[in-house]
Parts: sequence; structure tokens; C-alpha cells
Amino acid sequence: MIDTPLVMYDDDHRKILAVLQRLVRDANAKGIFLVDKNGQLVAEAGEMRGIDSTSLASLTAGNIAATGGLAKIIGEEEFPIHFHQGQRDNLHITLVAGRIILVVVFDERSSLGLVRLRVKKAGAELGHIFEEIRKKTERAQAAGTASPFAEITDDDIDNLFSE
Amino acid sequence: MSFINYSSREINCKIVYYGPGLCGKTTNLQFIYSKTSPELKGKMISLATETERTLFFDFLPLALGQIRGFKTRFHLYTVPGQVFYDASRKLILKGVDGVVFVADSQIERMEANLESVDNLKINLKEQGYELEKIPYVVQYNKRDLPNAAPLDEMRRLLNTMGVPDFEACANLGKGVFDTLKATAKGVLTDLKRLGGGR
Repeated sequence: MIDTPLVMYDDDHRKILAVLQRLVRDANAKGIFLVDKNGQLVAEAGEMRGIDSTSLASLTAGNIAATGGLAKIIGEEEFPIHFHQGQRDNLHITLVAGRIILVVVFDERSSLGLVRLRVKKAGAELGHIFEEIRKKTERAQAAGTASPFAEITDDDIDNLFSE
Repeated sequence: MSFINYSSREINCKIVYYGPGLCGKTTNLQFIYSKTSPELKGKMISLATETERTLFFDFLPLALGQIRGFKTRFHLYTVPGQVFYDASRKLILKGVDGVVFVADSQIERMEANLESVDNLKINLKEQGYELEKIPYVVQYNKRDLPNAAPLDEMRRLLNTMGVPDFEACANLGKGVFDTLKATAKGVLTDLKRLGGGR
């Protein structure tokens, strides 16, 4: 397989959350969501808690995948920045480290220019964190300790379906 | 490609329902959605045409329970079955952890089934996967129709690897959860075998 699983520990999550919370303040954003390219929600920050973030994550990944396909058709590698303008709220979507998608939701309290500026810095920081996560996962895999699932038994799995 | 989150103690896996157009992939997800209690499921998303043919994908997030203190969450996706949506099918296979092939039992759809299995193999290969190496389950759907092909014949043509397979009538729910459980079990067993790595 070409992909490695994404394994995020507590300290990784704390570092990511710190970057997102700062970005919420610096960009005057309503909400920020970090999504794996495969559609899994990695972290979120801001005042939008309670929205259907699982669906948001899946649709964002689908959107990035579709536009990535479009990019290749016209000879581009990827479209790393997307902007969707709504009547009240807007979406700014960026691809970080080729694997993670940063979604910023903002309204009239902010502006596209400010969001772009702040996202650039935060994106670089997130890129470093995910590079560290990738290296850590590779080391753990090599040591055979990448997953708590390595030690589960067949009974554990059967119990999940017993009811 | 699974996502293991120690912070929220969750593991997320992706299962894709594949198969020819109108074989019942979306119907499988709709039945699962209708029979799952609200606290275990998220919203089902269907990106479909006005005539309810899948345009991009259907998506259903599902929680199955806990293993060793980790919540197991499965994201179920369907692909659009119609031949000309091949570019979309490729995208949806990215990061897949397990595949369900939904075959249409009607004898006149056998050619379409075979074509779709070949297409699955090709598209997986393009993503760097091999069908032989990922958790894979075959479902023979629409067994209740009068023009259904004999089961032995379908097995011989569509399950050459001898993977777990199930007869189903997805619109009535028969075989739907058996298929899902076998696939989820395959994915979890694979995680265990690989120690979380690929």
C-alpha cells in the first residue's frame, strides 16, 4: 500500500489545536476545520461547534479530490487554494503538506485578504507538525507499535458484533 | 487508510461499496441508515442526480462500538456505478480500508458485473492497492428476482478469490448487515494483522 495510516497522539492534537485557535483569532474566523484528504475530521476550533463536521469533512475531501482530478486534466498538479463565497459566510480551503485540508469559515468580520495572509503562516506550521506525525508513525510502524489494534483478539472483534 | 486518534480515542476506517449501475449500493446504505439507532449514525449524504442516480458518492458515518477503549467508526461510501463516471470512482477509492462488491444477480447484468470487477481491480491498482490484499466481501444482490442467475454460477464468475460472500435483497434488508459485519471484521482483522500499518 502506498499510504500510511494517520496516527495522532495527544501532544500532536494539542499542538494542532493551538495553531488552529490562534488562526481563529488572527483571521477573525468563525470556525476552522482540519480534514484528512480521505475525509476524516482531524481537529476543529472556533465558534461553529455543533455543526455536522463529519459531513463537512467528507464533502470537503470529495471537493478537493474532484478539483484535484480537474487540475490534472488541464495539466496542473493540484489547486491548492479554494475560495467559496456565500451570502453571509465564506469558505477558504487550503491543502497543507499535500495531505491535510485546512478549512476556514469566515463572515463580514474578516476578509479574504486577511484569511489568506494568516492561513499562509498557519499552514506552514501545520505542515511541520504533520511532517513530524508522519515520521513518528513511520518509526512506530517499524517498531511494530503503531496501533492499539495490534494486540486485539478475534474475540474483541466478535464482541463488537455480538449484539 | 485508517485514522487512529489517541486524543479522542477513536479509530476511523473507510469502506467502499462498489458495483455496476443500479446494483443496489445506495440501497444497502439506505437500509443501514434506516435500521441504525440515531446515536450510532451521522447524516447520510447522497450526491445524486435529479433521477436519484449516484453522481459522485453516498456517505454514511457509522459507529460500531468500542474495542479496547477505542471507538470504532466506519465511513461507508458508494461509488457511482455508471460506466462513464470512472474518474469519480477512482477518487472515492483513495484511502480505502475495505471493499464490498455488490453484484446484480439478474442474469442479463452478468456482463456488467464482470466489467465492474475488472474496473475495480484496475482502479485499485492505479491507487497502489491490490484487491487480493485488502479486506473484500462480495454480495449477490436481488436474489428475490425471478431472473436471478444461479448462485453457483455467480460464485464461479465473481468470487474467484473465495472471499466471504452473501446473498441479499438490499431493498428488504436481507443480507445487508451480514455483508457490512463481514467487511468491518475484515478491516479490523487487517489492522490487527498489520499492527496498524500498511
